[in-house]
Amino acid sequence: MLVSIIQNIINALQWGSFYALIALGYTLVYGVLTLINFAHGDVFMVGAYIAFFVSTFLLTTIGLPGWVVLALCIPLTMILTSMVGVTLERIAYRPLRKKGAHRLYVVITALMCGLILENANLALLGASRKAFPPLIEVYVYNIGGVIFTNLKIAVIITAILVFLFLQWVVTKTRVGMAMQAISYDKFAVPLMGIPLDQIIVVTFVLGSGFAGLAGLLFAMSYPILDPYMGALIGWKAFIAAVVGGIGDIRGAFLGGFLLGAVEILVVAFFPSTYRDLIAFTVLLAILTWKPTGLFGIAQTTKI
Amino acid sequence: MKRLLTAALITCIAMMLAVPAMAAPTIKIGFNIPLTGDIPKVGEASKNAAEMLKADINGAGGLEVGGKKYLLDFIYEDNEAKAESAVTTALKLITRDEIIAMIGPNSSKQAVPGGQVANDNGVVMVSPWSTNPATTEDRPWVFRAAFLDPFQGPVAVNFAVKTFNAKTSAVLYDLSNDYSKGLAEIFKDLFEKKMGAGTVLAFESHGTKDQDFSAQLTKIISKKPDFIFVPDNYNQVALIVPQARQLGYKGEFMGSDSWGSSELMTLCGDACKGLHFSTHYAAAGATGATKVFIDRYKAKYGETPDDVAALTWDATRVVLQGIQNGGKITGKLKKDRKAVLKGMKQIASFAGITGNMRFDDQGDPIKCAVVVQISQTGKFEFRQSVCPE
Repeated sequence: MLVSIIQNIINALQWGSFYALIALGYTLVYGVLTLINFAHGDVFMVGAYIAFFVSTFLLTTIGLPGWVVLALCIPLTMILTSMVGVTLERIAYRPLRKKGAHRLYVVITALMCGLILENANLALLGASRKAFPPLIEVYVYNIGGVIFTNLKIAVIITAILVFLFLQWVVTKTRVGMAMQAISYDKFAVPLMGIPLDQIIVVTFVLGSGFAGLAGLLFAMSYPILDPYMGALIGWKAFIAAVVGGIGDIRGAFLGGFLLGAVEILVVAFFPSTYRDLIAFTVLLAILTWKPTGLFGIAQTTKI
Repeated sequence: MKRLLTAALITCIAMMLAVPAMAAPTIKIGFNIPLTGDIPKVGEASKNAAEMLKADINGAGGLEVGGKKYLLDFIYEDNEAKAESAVTTALKLITRDEIIAMIGPNSSKQAVPGGQVANDNGVVMVSPWSTNPATTEDRPWVFRAAFLDPFQGPVAVNFAVKTFNAKTSAVLYDLSNDYSKGLAEIFKDLFEKKMGAGTVLAFESHGTKDQDFSAQLTKIISKKPDFIFVPDNYNQVALIVPQARQLGYKGEFMGSDSWGSSELMTLCGDACKGLHFSTHYAAAGATGATKVFIDRYKAKYGETPDDVAALTWDATRVVLQGIQNGGKITGKLKKDRKAVLKGMKQIASFAGITGNMRFDDQGDPIKCAVVVQISQTGKFEFRQSVCPE
């Protein structure tokens, strides 16, 4: 029994890591712009595809060994994906913001951007799925009946490191202070000499970059890519961010792990048929009890 | 002189008129197949197989019915892989082209409405590929060449019990896919009937868009089943099998005909090698008449025939057998169509390249399914055929 619980906790930590990594991107953008960037799940999908193309190119055309490819793939995927995120901000969100459009219109634009990314992928690459090449040898460890792989551990550690990094950026650096300031008062901040647009670009770079990293890790763990892979996980990560208290880094991180844990543990102890039913009832109960989410504080500084 | 010319002219005209009358009479069979639309490859494979069969028989002088040779005339009509087009295509074939029997439609989506038209108009129809029970249910004029969805459960049970020496099993299926759910439930019933209550140790489901199966697999693996039955689409199989291996599962898997896509191996890679699944027919490692068919098809069209091609070959030959059994062609359409139905009912046993079959009261074949094993080179190799008990 104990073994099975530990096993399920490891499974939940791995699955929750992906929710957490994606939820961090939602929460960063929301914290600064109070914009729900619904394209974020599809940015994650684009990240996975970028990782696929970068790694197949490095593996087959240049012929580098797997671990070198992985080492190169991490920064390249993050840079390229953050460029996608910044491009979205430049061509879709910024013009609306400059015209003073209501937040609702920006959210709808974000939804459409997500659909455009999905369908562009479908049109360019076709509906057939892509198999992600194995980059590292996956070792299966068995400690007292608890089974895990090196990849699983790497995913969990990466999610924790990303959280610590973002928490440090937001609370300890000047950029982070500026982000908090913007979320506090968007109109006063430019008067203080803080470059609003640059800070927003940095926010999108961080959010999309880590979505790209999540895409790479996801593709390594679940090596089948299709254009709609980001849609469902993106929605669920958004729910995780809301449950954790959207706008708060700790909230997104814990919300992601909470959702992963609920989904996995429900299956472990109830018939799997009821998974989504029970999982989302639990989340609904949490929101009824605390409508602003675990770490959310109603209408105050976010991030 | 003038008279002679006239006489010659008349003889000429008479001869020209006589030639068609003297050529062998024809039998018209209609093909209601998807040549465009979502699954054009299915229609193409059907047409290829039919053309090969027609060339064979017409090359030998035609089909002998009641002591007389008839040439075959196959009419291919496109149903665009749509249900409503399958109905109009069937009507067109039956009324305009005056066919004596119809092959197709192939997938159940078109075969179910198409079968209604054939049954109402009193024309024998044989669907090569449709596996939905509704296609032939309560339709005496409608037959099929493929086994039914509920038949695969017993196949998996019998094979696994015999080959893996399995006493216990577990099931992982897609809750939102009727095919997968139905097959999983049939499997569970039969396995417990055969091995005793509670021998299906775990019965777990997932959603169509799921990518992580670790919770279900952890639950399954902790029960230590002898094998896991996975009636899932090939893209999910390619995720499930490697994840089970990464959770330390070393045992067997058993799959269903939804595994049988050539894309399975490009997605799943090494993890799926050596696994078994049930399907309609196996191209690799085939023997006898099946091998002859495959080799000839390969030589003619440059590709390995898939299950649709093989099933169309069988479906068409079944119809020809029915026509021969019917006795003789009178030229009166209604009478001839009835004779074909009578002939079809007389088929006691038919040796097809997808296995021997005989038809039950519903017009469904009682035939063996094939279990294939995925070889080390990624080919689907014939292991054994499993027959309904």
